[in-house]
Amino acid sequence: MTRNVDAIVIGGGIHGCSTTLHLCLAGLKPVLIEKDYAGRHASGVNAGGVRQLARHIPEIPLSIRSMGIWERISDLLDDDCSFESYGQVLVAENEDELAVCRARVAELNALGFAHEELIDAAELRRLVPAVAETCPGGVVSRRDGAANPAQTTTAFRRKAERLGATVREGVAAGNIRHRDGLWHVDAGSESFAAPVLVNAAGAWAGKIAADLGEPVPVETVAPMLMITSRVPHFIDPVVILRGRKLSFKQFKNGTVLIGGGHLATPYQDRNETVLDWKSLATSAQTVFELFPVMRSATIVRAWAGIEAKMKDDIPVFGPSSRHKGLYHQFGFSLHGFQLGPGAGAVMAELIVNGGTQTRISDLGIDRFHPSTL
Amino acid sequence: MTVAPKREDYDVVVIGAGPAGLAAAATSAEAGLSTLLLDENIGPGGQVFRAISSTPVTDRNQLGADYWVGADLVQSLRASNAEVIHRATVWSLDRNLDIAVSIGGASAFVKARRVILATGALERPFPIPGWTLPGVMTAGAAQTMLKSSALVPDGRTVIAGQGPLLWLLAAQILRLGGRLDRILDTTERGNYFAALPHAFAFLTSPYFTKGLSMMREVKAKVQVVSGVTELAAAGDGQLASVSYVAGGKREIIPADLLLLHQGVVPNVNLAMAAGVEHRWDDLQLCWSPVLDASGNSSVSGIAIAGDGAGIGGANAAVVRGRIAARAAVEALAPAAAAKLPAMATLRSDLAKAERGRLFLDTLFRPAPQFRIPSGDTIVCRCEEVTAKDVLDSVAIGATGPNQLKAYRRTGMGPCQGRLCGLTVTELMAQARGKTPQEIGYYRLRAPVKPITLAELAAVPKSEADIKAVVRG
Repeated sequence: MTRNVDAIVIGGGIHGCSTTLHLCLAGLKPVLIEKDYAGRHASGVNAGGVRQLARHIPEIPLSIRSMGIWERISDLLDDDCSFESYGQVLVAENEDELAVCRARVAELNALGFAHEELIDAAELRRLVPAVAETCPGGVVSRRDGAANPAQTTTAFRRKAERLGATVREGVAAGNIRHRDGLWHVDAGSESFAAPVLVNAAGAWAGKIAADLGEPVPVETVAPMLMITSRVPHFIDPVVILRGRKLSFKQFKNGTVLIGGGHLATPYQDRNETVLDWKSLATSAQTVFELFPVMRSATIVRAWAGIEAKMKDDIPVFGPSSRHKGLYHQFGFSLHGFQLGPGAGAVMAELIVNGGTQTRISDLGIDRFHPSTL
Repeated sequence: MTVAPKREDYDVVVIGAGPAGLAAAATSAEAGLSTLLLDENIGPGGQVFRAISSTPVTDRNQLGADYWVGADLVQSLRASNAEVIHRATVWSLDRNLDIAVSIGGASAFVKARRVILATGALERPFPIPGWTLPGVMTAGAAQTMLKSSALVPDGRTVIAGQGPLLWLLAAQILRLGGRLDRILDTTERGNYFAALPHAFAFLTSPYFTKGLSMMREVKAKVQVVSGVTELAAAGDGQLASVSYVAGGKREIIPADLLLLHQGVVPNVNLAMAAGVEHRWDDLQLCWSPVLDASGNSSVSGIAIAGDGAGIGGANAAVVRGRIAARAAVEALAPAAAAKLPAMATLRSDLAKAERGRLFLDTLFRPAPQFRIPSGDTIVCRCEEVTAKDVLDSVAIGATGPNQLKAYRRTGMGPCQGRLCGLTVTELMAQARGKTPQEIGYYRLRAPVKPITLAELAAVPKSEADIKAVVRG
């Protein structure tokens, strides 16, 4: 028995859940199919950074759109997602790095973006008192912040379900085919059909795209994170470094999350990752140098989430270049969490209205193979 | 003094120097394999033979003859060429058999061709109202103090719970002149009937006469209340009283110390973090690794011996250690296996050592009300999450322990679920009408024991990073 729905979304990460929710808000009845459970992989276990700062220019409009939703996230989801907005600060560790920051802010300003602001040593020290004295300044994006990723992704799923979405967890989407103008997808013993199919399957999305004739240069990665025991409050904003791989965030409960993009080895078929402690040691060394207050903190847990990284580090977002009714939303390349709310809203506009006011034209899959429609 | 491992690679790394680890390391080294034994304690023995080389308790009767068996195991280990490092906390093991170990505040990495995990057991959580009050502790903690420092309680002391270790502890406290006011036995009456069909095997096991005489010894000196069906600790910031119901009658007794114990369960953290598959054991009510007859796990090269492989007691642990080590020798140096006891002999030793286990497991299967709390009783001590909190989260969509983290942070504190994991699984299973196997367990992560940021910062970096610095 095939069940007809308005749209089939594959992948219960923040992107799939957000798109599902926004389709519901537009009056559609979508089904969301997730092989594990919502937020099982990168969406539930990332650093939770809500960051416009230091983004690739092609995705800045989507990021700004998303930021507006983040700031009203409770209204949308009936859940605050532990979102907080103390800004994100990019630290320059020397004058050379500060010069790069200065050029970057000038470039953004010339393009009409004002969210990144150059700061001097005094303002840096005001925002991040614990940072080493030697840092000459950096860049701040004041509206940025952080949220709890698992809580957020779960909240999107829950609200979507409440608004009428069908959610299937623990069953993989399979046997994807296009017949008589409809996409057919099997999920366990069930079968769904819809005019619209959204490929938001994260690390598993590249295969779906390739199977549908749209191969893209994508790899599976697993960025590592570690968290410390509680330490006295000493920092509000999220801190990232200009020159070294480090991101740093203290939560309300005192625990400190240390990330920055060092990679574990993913074993995608087993949903497993093997951590590289020697790389994590590099992160620990960096924190040790920059934040002396952290030296006696203990590391209580480290992990890595599996996700897709594009060769050009920007996502694949928008309609297929080959098939009618197929939309791609994957490959967020270690920085997709903040984009989730906005990307879902824009994707729903593309599906329902056939277009959007948000500039996404550089993110299409047709950058890898020109349109054949 | 810091003793780092002498090499970077070993044929066999054994983790844990309890009965299984001692036997495994000695066997492996005797067969000529390069063998490293890493152990967290200051000396060999694990829990059951704790402080076997250093205990101030010299009267052999006080700790019992079984305890002193450990001395022989230590003898054979010392006679072998195994490298032994104590105060060595293994904090990471992965499926590539890369091991990270913290020794004296510095971490080292070693790689093994085979790993034998002998990380033993933990006490099962006993989440009753008031179990987090100062003055309430586990029987195991009390026994640690008794063995390593000959410390026994002198205030008003109540022991509550069930199982062989509870009676052993009671006997040891009394022999060392400690104070015991009352024993509250929570063994379910129905369990006696359920265990009856397995009684014959138990009667012919070595545990039977020893157990019986120990219980008789304790009962002669302490009031024992059996059939306890409810239990709670109370006090204002400190334990003041213990209330219980037995035979439908409630009683409240003043107490300074309440020792809780309802059996032990495999210590699964390191094995699970390494990716070893575990399944719910419906008789022992815990997670046990999926193993073949030689103790090999689902991760190639990792074997598990001792109580970490499923609770079997010290005698079984010794044999399981020898079996796992022999299997490692057969795999790595087949010719050397000839001088070890034959596998068939070892397996028959194991059958003998495991005799009576089914009886004990059935008799001492803890009652649901002592495993699955309700209302305001704390489940997760690290994050102060109550049973009601867990049920409320289930009601709004938390489906398993890992999803629950997003709602309540259960299991995300420093104990990594050691004190709440089983309770959360069973509580959620009951609330959702599922089996514990369906509900699952926390995904566990290294570091299995916390390490300081400074210690991690000091470890040798990857080659790529070293090059980056050189290029600087």
